[in-house]
Order: sequence, then structure tokens, then C-alpha cells
Amino acid sequence: MLASLWQQLSDSPVPIDSVDLAWAGLAPVMILIGGALLILAVDSLVPRRLRPGSYALATVLLAAGAMVAAVPLWQRVQDAERGPFATAAGAIMVDGFSVFATFVILSAVILAALSFDGWLRREEMDGAEPYVLMLLSASGGVMMASANDLIVMFLGLEILSIAVYVLAAMHLRKITSQEAGVKYFVLGAFSSAFFLYGIALIYGGTGSTNLVRIATYLSATVLGDSGLVLAGLALLLVGFGFKVAAAPFHFWAPDVYQGAPTPSVAWMASGVKVAGFAGLLRVFYLAFSTYRLDWQPVIFVLAVLTMLVGSVLAVVQTDVKRMLAYSSINHAGFILVAVQAATAAGVQAALFYLAAYTFMVAGSFGVIAVVSRKGDIGTSLDDYRGLSRDRPVVAFAFALLLLAQAGVPLTSGFFAKFYVITAAIEAGSSTLAIIAMITAVISSYVYLRIIVAMYGAGDDVPAPRTIPLPAAAGLALVISLTVTMSVGVFPGTLASLAERATPVLIPESDPGAVDPSGVPPGP
Amino acid sequence: MDNNEFLTEWGLTLMVFLPLAGALLLMVIPKAQEQMIKVAALGAALASGAVGVAVLANFNYDSSEKLQFVVNRNWIEAIHANYIVGIDGLSVPLIALTLLITPLVMVYSWNHFPQPHNPQAFLILMLVLATGMLGTFVAQDLILFFVFFEVVLLPMYFMIGVWGGEQRQYASIKFFLYTLFGSALMIVSFLALFFVAGGDSFSMVDLAQGVADRNAAGNLAMITQVLIFGGMFMGFGIKVPMFPFHTWLPDAHTQAPTAGSVILAAVLLKLGTYGFIRVALFILPEAAVKWAPYIGALAVIGIIYGALGCLAQTDMKRLIAFSSVAHMGFVMLGIASLTTFGLNAAVFGMVAHGLITGMLFFLAGSVKDRFHTLEIKRLGGLLLQAPKLGWILGFCIMASLGLPGLAGFWGEFPAILSAYNPAPALSQELFRTYMVIAAFGTVLAAGYLLWLFQRTAFGTPSEEFADVEIEDVRVSEWIAWVPLLALILVLGVFPNIIFHVTDPFLTVMGNTFAGLK
Repeated sequence: MLASLWQQLSDSPVPIDSVDLAWAGLAPVMILIGGALLILAVDSLVPRRLRPGSYALATVLLAAGAMVAAVPLWQRVQDAERGPFATAAGAIMVDGFSVFATFVILSAVILAALSFDGWLRREEMDGAEPYVLMLLSASGGVMMASANDLIVMFLGLEILSIAVYVLAAMHLRKITSQEAGVKYFVLGAFSSAFFLYGIALIYGGTGSTNLVRIATYLSATVLGDSGLVLAGLALLLVGFGFKVAAAPFHFWAPDVYQGAPTPSVAWMASGVKVAGFAGLLRVFYLAFSTYRLDWQPVIFVLAVLTMLVGSVLAVVQTDVKRMLAYSSINHAGFILVAVQAATAAGVQAALFYLAAYTFMVAGSFGVIAVVSRKGDIGTSLDDYRGLSRDRPVVAFAFALLLLAQAGVPLTSGFFAKFYVITAAIEAGSSTLAIIAMITAVISSYVYLRIIVAMYGAGDDVPAPRTIPLPAAAGLALVISLTVTMSVGVFPGTLASLAERATPVLIPESDPGAVDPSGVPPGP
Repeated sequence: MDNNEFLTEWGLTLMVFLPLAGALLLMVIPKAQEQMIKVAALGAALASGAVGVAVLANFNYDSSEKLQFVVNRNWIEAIHANYIVGIDGLSVPLIALTLLITPLVMVYSWNHFPQPHNPQAFLILMLVLATGMLGTFVAQDLILFFVFFEVVLLPMYFMIGVWGGEQRQYASIKFFLYTLFGSALMIVSFLALFFVAGGDSFSMVDLAQGVADRNAAGNLAMITQVLIFGGMFMGFGIKVPMFPFHTWLPDAHTQAPTAGSVILAAVLLKLGTYGFIRVALFILPEAAVKWAPYIGALAVIGIIYGALGCLAQTDMKRLIAFSSVAHMGFVMLGIASLTTFGLNAAVFGMVAHGLITGMLFFLAGSVKDRFHTLEIKRLGGLLLQAPKLGWILGFCIMASLGLPGLAGFWGEFPAILSAYNPAPALSQELFRTYMVIAAFGTVLAAGYLLWLFQRTAFGTPSEEFADVEIEDVRVSEWIAWVPLLALILVLGVFPNIIFHVTDPFLTVMGNTFAGLK
């Protein structure tokens, strides 16, 4: 019957207007969404809970599968003849940038999933939901990184965010987790509204939501009154600023990071940030490059504020999760420094930073998840006293990850900061570079405080306690540490990958849509 | 491949990384095998030393102004950083000093590791430290230099923070943050320099050439150079340490275990002064001329301030630490004169200070070991209770106050003299004023050092320790100290051993400054 229906359809005199989809280009997203739904379906169909660990395993396999699916994409976009391409009516862009961001987001999924496993079992909450939510959230993140249309970017942002709101509120027996979820949700909903309003204004100002058309229009037209576009840009920046926790849109971060389940925070600090910055770069660096001189000063101020808030306020914290929350704000400021450069080197630096930071921060929160006690408590600085005696290897790994965050040479953190500063100086923002390095010193005090607590001896060290180290969490730690240290000694590989991960604007191969000669010049 | 070729190609690399390899080896030795750990650590240090001696023996001293044993390999192509190592007359004395101090410190610590013991971790840190220090002295690429310069920071931080005294956490964090702050500004300077000089290489020689070319063409703003120099000044000046960035030093020294203090004084502080000459002066000579009056001013303030600080101390170790501030002031004054004569004095001063102050910290450590206190007013009569220890202390104090015939004299006296005739571009009146102030500093130095000796060594032992049996110099101490004491004397009598090596390179540099208006 279907066949005859198909026959009828294809014979119909009026061709049905359907969108050409390059399925391969969407494969990573499809694997994530399909896999998430599959896990959910299997979990509700089988009568009993699956064996513990199988959810985490499935999540890791799905993320790895999505990575495998992304490898041919990378090869394709790097191929001189085939190159990057747009699909889904020009709404999705598959270029080096999006594939690189996809890899980083998927790595974050793997690390967070490994960290979730032991934590969920300890909290007696093992189940499919967190993993499903994280996979969906990751699919939103990948969508944001490859969005070529503001509407698609908004969809990605919402898929990403809504899943994370739930992840934050997941710990039902913990009031602070509920608080974190509600806080994050309310503020996040606000910022989404800003974002959407920004899209509307930009549509009003340029007549399109498609990034290529926006860029083409702006480079070909001198607007008599650019107020609408600028207002729209400002509102978009609020939305992105909220997602990446840039000051002054950072107020949610410390409370949410402290209250939310630790592995969720690992995901928030790594994957969500990557997606947010990927979207930010795509919109500002690519589509609005003609307005660079308008938005660069704004980002400059945001970067300075973000770095100062993140480093100075971290100093007075006594809870390790809060400390790292503020430090993650500081890191966001560093990435904003790279964005502010608005050059190819800046994009490369931002991508390198995001990739390096993902492993550092996911590993760090992985340690916090291990050290905390049942009920997700025990994250104050005092709980880390004597860790070097109770769990010397974990303490050593944590110390290295913290030093990497401080930017000590021979760790990936050093080169991450190095590239950012290089890009800033090359773009003529030496002031910003100096401020950035000074805040890096201030925040290194925070990392030292944690290290001192772990390695301190004396009267204030509590009695020894046994800290179980789940195998999966150990694996996550090994992965993040290996990447952090090896990139620290040989940064060349990651740097050249980031260098080739250029974002591009290419109209979909639809001759009617955009004049090919009007392809906006890359900055 | 014959021996020489192998040495040229691999000598420096082996010398730098053998300690690190030793550190890795130490990690796999079980903790209980203490003896084996100690032997392996000392073996690694000696192996590195042996390679170093072979390199230094094959060094062509007749053309020591040229870089020798140069190795240039790709490292991180993406940022144009290369693995470039090489040595010339400037690095040779400091490498020799480092190679000497490291095993001696290990021998000294052999049987009394500070609390909480754990020789394995302690020696691993020491070996990593050795790699960092040697690497800094051989690196000829700014990024490589920076990495080694920073690598030194962590082991020292842990050494103070874990094995230190009562206030160790405060002292170690202060040390770390001060130094990191300087490095943060320094790396910004390095990167700015990279773009200013053409943006295709981090090699020091290329950078210097690039800056010189642009200066010759007249299209490099002086303010840019001065600002870049300012960033380096922060990085190196904090490490030296120069007034007013010196406050980390007394805390770090007082709290550090003896071995840490010795290495800190003997080698770590020299990384700053070495960096000034090797990087800042070498690459940015014109900016150096602009900065020199200020550096000179801070140097003499450091001399007087350090001396006055010494007079106010009640703790022997803290007093020696403050005397370091004063001595490094002399070194910086020599550098600020921007003359061949002054730079030679500065390099000699670095080595002399390394030997003498290193010795003084050894002695302070031994006194603390025996009396469990370093409070000067509780000590006394050392010459009666432990005469050999007392006389060695006296010898080192004489060397430290610059007695002719001992090494300290050749660092201090020419440095003061060099300020009489600074480089032509500098104000003669100003530097002669500096000279007078610095000369006054030597009087103060004699004052506080002799006062220290009088209060600790002369007289009769205080009641508290009157009946306590005090052990005189131990075997491990003899082994660790004799080479240093001998060198203090030999270099005092034959200062040319060092001047001969450093002079060619520094003459080239001095001529550059002489040509600047």
C-alpha cells in the first residue's frame, strides 16, 4: 500500500517541496537523540532496572559512536575539493568549527557519564534519566555549534538548557539541588526570552534569521539606522552571556554549581560552556563581523568584568564547588578575551581553550564527586584536608588538574592561556592580555588553597576516612589527566586541529537563495 | 658518531634531562627502599654533573662569546617555538654552580631529611628543580626559557609548603603568587616582543636581531620597547628579588627547609639576574638604557634597605635572607651600569653569592639542627661548643662582607666601582651617587655580619645550652661544605677563572651599550 501511495505522490503533477538533507552531516545529532530515546524506551519496557553501569556504558558508547560518525565529516570538511557544506535549507552548517565543537562536547558527555555512574549508585539514584537528559542536552549543544540560522540556534539552546535545568534539580532529596534547578530555570527562561527577542529585532533589522543572509545583507547594505540590529545583538549577547556565565550574567553560577549534583556540574561547566561559546562565536565572529567595531568594546568590558569577578570572588569562598564555579567564570572571561580579538587566531585560541578546559574541569568535578559523601555533601574546603593521605593518587591528580587550571607550564592550561594571550596581543589588545594574566594569578591562589588543604599536615587534619573510588570515575580521571598533561607537553596536535576548525559561511547550494558572489568575506 | 659529535648533539640535553629521568626512576622505587632512593637520586645528579663536566671541558673558552653546543629542533611549530639550547660564557659559570650545588645539597640532607621525612618525594622535587634550573640556563628560545623558568616554581613551592617551618603555608603561597605574578606579566611581554620583532621566531638571537633591525630602520616606538622591558622587569625583578618586590624572600627562606633555602639562595635568585642579562638587556638594549637609572635606584635602595633589615632581625636565617636582598642589590647595580666591567662584576657576584650565601644557609640549618632554634639572642659561644662549625661560620661571614682574598670581594667591589663610570648614555652624576650609597651599604654589611658572628659565636654559651653536648661538623657536612669553602677561597685568589669565561660575551654586550646614546 505504501508503495502505491509513494507512486501516486511521485507522479503528482505538483512536485512536493521537500528539503534536501545531508543525513551524514546530521549523524552525530541523530545518534545522540535516537540513542537517548532508545535508552528511555528500553528502560521503560524492561520490567526491572537494568544492571547498574549499563546506562553509563550505553551513554559512553553512544557518544563514542557519534564521535565516529563525526570523523568522516571532519575529513570531508578538510578536503580541499569537497569542503564545508550547509544543509537543511541552509539552517545547519557542517564546517571544521562545528565538527571540532562536536568532538569537544562529546568528550564532555563521556567524562560526565563516567563520573555520573558511581555517583548515582552512591546516591541510590541509578537510572536512565540523567544519561538521557545529558544526551539530549548534548544534541542541543551540537545543534548550537552547527546552527546556521538563529532559529535553529535558539532550538539548540532550548534543548540544551531545558535538559540541564532538570539535571540541576535532579537530586530530589536535597533542597539545595531543587533550589539550584529553580534558580537556573527562572533565570535561564529570562535569558532565553532575551535571546528570542534579540532574534526578532535582528530579523526586523536585516530581514532574515539565516546567518549567511544576515552577513550578506550587512556587508552589502549600509544601514541608515543600525539601532535595531545593535539592540538585537545586545540581547543575543545577554542570552549567550548567561549560558557561558559571563559577568554580569553570572549570578546563577555559584549557587547552581554548589547545589546541583556534582556530575551535572561537570557537564554544565564543560559541555554547556562549549556550546554557548560555539554559538557566540558563530553569531558574532561570522554573521556580524561587519559590526565588529561595535561589539568588540562590549565584549572587552564583559571579559574584564568576568575575569575580575571570577578571580576575586573565588578567593573568599570556602566551598570547593563554589570556588570552581567562580574559577569557571574566570575561564569564561579568558575565552571572551579570545572572542574579543575577532580574528582567526582568536577563534583558534578559543577552541583550544575550550577543548583543554573541558578535560580539566570535567576531571576536577569528577574528583569532587568522588570526594563528596552520600547526600552529595562534603564539598567544603575542610573536607579536603588530609586527602593526600587518604587517597594519594586522587589528590595528586586533582592537584595537577588544578595547576593546569592555573596555567602552569607543561599542562594544557598553560598553552590554552598562551594562545589566548597571543591572539589578544596580535589583535592589539595588550591591556586585556595584562588584565587577563593578573586575574590568572589571583585565581591561582584559589587552586593553591585547595592544594594546601589536601597536602597540609598538622593538627587540623581530620581522622583518616576511606574514600571509595568507582572504576568509571577513575577512568574519567585518567582520561582527563592524560589529555591535560600530554597536550601540555605536545600542544601541536590540538593546536593544528583547532587551527583547521575554521567557521565558514556558505549558502546552501540553492542558486535562488543567495547570490554566490555575495558570499561575505571571512574576517 | 664519535664522542665529540655525540656530546655536541646530546650533551646539553642529557645534562638537563638526566635529573628528570632520575625523578621518574625514583617514582617507581618502593618507598621503603630509602637507601636505594637516595643513591639513585644522587646518581642522577652526579650523572647530569658528569655530562655537564664533559660539556664544560669541551667548551671552547677562546671564543666563549659565541653560543656553543647549539641544538635547534622543532618543538611546537604552531607557535614557532623551537627547542633551542646552547651555552656561552654567560651560562657556563651558572651551570657549573648548579651542577655543584645539587649533589652537595643531597649529600647534606642524606641522614637528616626534614619533617615529614619522605625522602622519596623530597628528592624527586629536588631533581625536577635541577632540570628546571639547568634548562633555564641553556635555553635560547624564549618559550623554552619561560617553561623552564616556571618549572622551577612548583618543586620549590612544595618544598617550602610541605617540609617548611611553622608558617610554611603562608610563605609558600606568598612565594608562588609573587613569582607567578611576575611571570604573568613577563609572558605578555615575551609575546608582545615576538610580534614586534617580526613574529616568526622565539629564538633570542632572532628576536634581538629583529628588534635591532627595526630600531635601525627607526620604526619601533621607544615606548613599546620600554613597556615590554617593563613586563620583563616585573618577571625577573621579583625573582631576584629587587626592592620593593623582595618581601616574599625572607618568608620563603625562613620557612624553607635547609636544602630548599640553599638552592633558593644559590641558584634560584640567579635565574632573575641571569634573565635580566640574557633576555632583557640582550634583546632590548635601547629600552635597557631607559630603565637603567631606575634599576640602579632600586638596587641601591635594596642594598641599604636589606642591610637595615638585617640589623633589625632576631632570627639568624631571616638575617641571612635579608642580606641576600642587599647582595643581589650589588649584582643589580653592576647590571644597571650597563658596562662590560659592571656586567662582569654582576656575574661574578651571582656565583659568589651562590657559594657564600648557600654556605651560610647550610650553616644556619646545622645550627638549627643542633640548637633547635635560630633566635640570635638564645645562641652564643658557638666557638666554644663547636669550634669547627664556629670558624666555618666566621670564614663565610668574612667572605660575605666582601673581605679581599675571598670570593665575595670580587662581586661587590667591582660592582660599586662600575657605577663610577656607567655606560655613556647614562647620567654619570646619578650613578656616582649610587656608588656612594652602595659603598655605605658595605659598611652596614660589615656591621650586621660581624654583629651576627659576635652574638652567635663569641662569648659563652647561654645558660639554656650550657650543659648540652653540641656535635661539631659531621662527615656529611664536611663533604657538602669543603667544595664550597675551597671555591670561595680559590675564586677569591684567582677571580680570573670566572672573569676569563664571562668577559668575551659581556664585552660584546658592553660595546653595544657603549655605542648607544
